[in-house]
Amino acid sequence: MKMTGAQILCESLVKEGVEVIFGYPGGAVLPLYDTLAQYPQLRHILVRHEQGAAHAADGYARATGKVGVCLATSGPGATNLVTGIANAHLDSSPIVAITGQVARPFIGKDAFQETDITGITLPITKYNYLVLDVGSLARIVKEAFYLARSGRPGPVLIDIPRDVFVDEAEFHYPSKVDLPGYKPTLQGHPAQIKKAVKLINEAKQPLIIAGRGVVISGAYTELKQLAETAQIPVVTTLLGIGCFPETHILSFGMLGMHGMAYANMAVDAADAIIAIGMRFDDRATAKVSAFAPHARVIHIDIDPAEIGKNVRVDVPIVGDVKVVLNALNKLIISAEHVDWIHQLDEWRREHPSTEIRESAELLPQFVIRKIYELTQGKAIIVTGVGQNQMWAAQYYWYNRPNSLISAGGLGTMGFELPAAMGAKVGCPDEIVWCVAGDGGFQMTIQELATIVQERLAVKVAIINNGYLGMVRQWQELFYKRRYVATPLSGPDFVKIAEAYGLPALRVKHKEEVVPAIEQAMEEQGPFIIDFVVEPEENVYPMVLPGAALTEVLEEPRKEVATWSRRSTP
Amino acid sequence: MVTTKHTLVALVEDKPGVLNHMASLFRRRGFNIESIVVGHSELPHLSRMTIVVDGTTTIMEQVRKQLDKLIDVVKVSDITEDDIINRELALIKIRATSSTRSEIIQIVDIFRANIVDVASDSVTVEVTGDEEKIASLLNLLRGFGIKEIARTGRIAMTRGG
Repeated sequence: MKMTGAQILCESLVKEGVEVIFGYPGGAVLPLYDTLAQYPQLRHILVRHEQGAAHAADGYARATGKVGVCLATSGPGATNLVTGIANAHLDSSPIVAITGQVARPFIGKDAFQETDITGITLPITKYNYLVLDVGSLARIVKEAFYLARSGRPGPVLIDIPRDVFVDEAEFHYPSKVDLPGYKPTLQGHPAQIKKAVKLINEAKQPLIIAGRGVVISGAYTELKQLAETAQIPVVTTLLGIGCFPETHILSFGMLGMHGMAYANMAVDAADAIIAIGMRFDDRATAKVSAFAPHARVIHIDIDPAEIGKNVRVDVPIVGDVKVVLNALNKLIISAEHVDWIHQLDEWRREHPSTEIRESAELLPQFVIRKIYELTQGKAIIVTGVGQNQMWAAQYYWYNRPNSLISAGGLGTMGFELPAAMGAKVGCPDEIVWCVAGDGGFQMTIQELATIVQERLAVKVAIINNGYLGMVRQWQELFYKRRYVATPLSGPDFVKIAEAYGLPALRVKHKEEVVPAIEQAMEEQGPFIIDFVVEPEENVYPMVLPGAALTEVLEEPRKEVATWSRRSTP
Repeated sequence: MVTTKHTLVALVEDKPGVLNHMASLFRRRGFNIESIVVGHSELPHLSRMTIVVDGTTTIMEQVRKQLDKLIDVVKVSDITEDDIINRELALIKIRATSSTRSEIIQIVDIFRANIVDVASDSVTVEVTGDEEKIASLLNLLRGFGIKEIARTGRIAMTRGG
């Protein structure tokens, strides 16, 4: 039977198991919207800005492990998706972005609302398509979903001209894809695995650095088995948080610029590093030339281009993390490493990193810790970027994968609210807390309307310090406290909430924190708490830019404790 | 770190945007392309590209992997160390008068190049060869006054096999 392009698209989305589309209509996608009404199984959520649609699809994808879908019209609709697509690209999040395009005869004529979105998104998508023939639409959708979710996941964009939605073709959904240039390697090379096993078995001070690749491939049990069998301490990247239980005896937290001092010390002292599904980002390694100077490095990643990109690697293993760890675990012999773990524990005692200093003021770290306690560590925490993100990473302990959803690579302010919305849509039974700064929150604040309209019970904690806090912290440290363009005044977030139609509280004192969080949790729907915190609180520990991981600046108000590399035991 | 010229050969899908994608990748990651040549291959819907890149071994490894990562790139190999044939074609328009024309023709003959156009004040030479051959011919012709040069950039293939 012949179908229109719009019907073919909807049928294909149904075949891919899509249950929700975050979108915003416009001229070029009107034929699609008209058809969408006939597909009630495709729930459409109307966002208030297309950036919100892309972030929501990303948050949905990370929370569920499924492909998130966003939809926008041509021109400004499409360009508004760009930040969200770039964010998903850097964090390897599987989304399919569908954009309308002007009708084929108008392409290249600078028509109304025409933009070259495939050109614009070329470097920030895993792949993109301009559909010029309705007969290729089903195949393209099939390929797009396959590309988005397989191998190293990422965003794929499909740009569809208005008249292609109306054109007709026979609908046959292909059962498989034919992409000769795309064959992700899943099995690790046996010889490389043997080399890695030998290196691990011989190591005296081994350390695992686990990243988001562990989460993506679902290798938590395999990682745990490796760590426990060979008694290898585990540190994670920001996006790796939750891939190994943070309350586990072998967990030594996050490494990097705002990582735990003891995690960074462990990297520095390790004689073998097993880097799993991570890409040696500069925020994780600090000064690359001084990174892990005593270690031989095993790097397991599905993307061959990540291996050797930033850090020299002794044993590269290209493959799916879960498959490779399974193979490794068969050959690893159990070990003890008592002295090494004892040393790490001692460093943790000496440099606790997440102790909250005594203060009469309301400290942001205290707020995060209370959210942790009252949610019993079981919430999904969603953050954008900045101080609030780092405190959420440091002061909440994550024991489940995907329980921290954060704008890591791109560092996007405004990710938090729409991504939390997407996470809640994907996981309606989970408790979802959006941790936002007063700056980032205002970048996508309009999605409160979406949250209210869709009755999504997202709980929002605004860490309101009246500054663009992380930028202010850098101005304090490197620009002699000249706070240029960082102080923020207003708005009144409680009144904002009232206007959008959701309940909110303002909290200024420590003793109000627990009751406010309890009230937010008791509320059926969404809730906002505006935590007015100590304005000039800084994120510590901190490795200064350009410095080595070993040069950690710790909370000075308790004691000025900086340390440099100690001799390895 | 010593940089050297590397020759990469890539088999790519014959689709719009492939060249754009590759060029954008080179620009974004700061790789230094010397030349890039595309044309049909022996296989339907596939084109073969020859890319000459200047870089260290580490950079070349990244170039190769990043190219390989592109969905439309089916295969890419660094054939620098292999036994290869490489050729380039150049068109060179030289100032020529009745007194210099015969000398130019002699030089062109020695290089087994061809004269493809003659005008009252110029001749145009077509030469095929590796870069050294073209460079030596250019050296000899420079004295006559070069009006215009167009070069295709290197194409390459491994010997035998």
